[in-house]
Amino acid sequence: MPEDPDSPLVDRLRAGDEHAFVELAEKYQRSMLSLARGHVPSTAVAEEVVQDAWIGVLRGIGRFEWRSSFRTWLFRIVVNRAISAGIRERRSVPVDDMEPVVDASRFDAGGTWRVPPEPWADQADDKVIAAKISARILTAIDDLPPRQGEVVTLRDVQGLSSEEVCAVLDISQANQRVLLHRGRSRLRQVVESEFGSVR
Amino acid sequence: MIGLRSRPGKSLVCRQAVALVTDYLEGALSQAQRRRFEAHLTGCRDCPEYLAQIRATIALTGGITPGDLTSQMRGEFIGLYRRWRADEEQRAAGQ
Repeated sequence: MPEDPDSPLVDRLRAGDEHAFVELAEKYQRSMLSLARGHVPSTAVAEEVVQDAWIGVLRGIGRFEWRSSFRTWLFRIVVNRAISAGIRERRSVPVDDMEPVVDASRFDAGGTWRVPPEPWADQADDKVIAAKISARILTAIDDLPPRQGEVVTLRDVQGLSSEEVCAVLDISQANQRVLLHRGRSRLRQVVESEFGSVR
Repeated sequence: MIGLRSRPGKSLVCRQAVALVTDYLEGALSQAQRRRFEAHLTGCRDCPEYLAQIRATIALTGGITPGDLTSQMRGEFIGLYRRWRADEEQRAAGQ
């Protein structure tokens, strides 16, 4: 996979450049924590898992063969460490909340919008607004049910493909879509309320 | 003629369209479902905005730079790296 965006960093790390390690941490630490948090019961355990995963990265990087993207390999190490920490094995992922993604009271009995979304989508590419809202989205991702948070982190923050996400989390495409749908819908609500307060 | 054109039970309402947004964006709808979804969007005043907001949310989320290590954390990563390095060298020397 010669086009892997991380290959320069990986090459530097292999050559013994400690700053490359810090740059990788800068890029992935927060997402690794979100991912670990989806598997273990507390933030403290997630931090241990992630630290352990970084040591696994250092030990394994010399043998990494680009059979997957670097980030898929990295996130897979996190998941494996979390599982072998013996906390919670979960091959099939239940949907962890059953609330509708848009409040039911916003539709009439026939299912048509009664309180339709206030338009803001065309303002979302304003750089100042985007910067402000992005910070809010990061904390909102932390507040998502953990399984939704990990899918949104991998897919939308880190930009993995749906296939990569399924491989990292060992879940089906259908499962991934349900979690993604719920996570994105909640984030949309957060953005909506941010725009509501900007106006 | 009207009976032929309008097929009761086949067209989507807004609540259903909202539920299908991710499957639509992921290309996971069947051709028939996709046509129904798009037909609803064409005829609906509000659902196109909802879809645009989901797209905007994805773009905003993708624009986040997760890097926010404190200088203390950077120091800890350097420390972690050097300890690993020292261990490796020790191991190599012991062999």
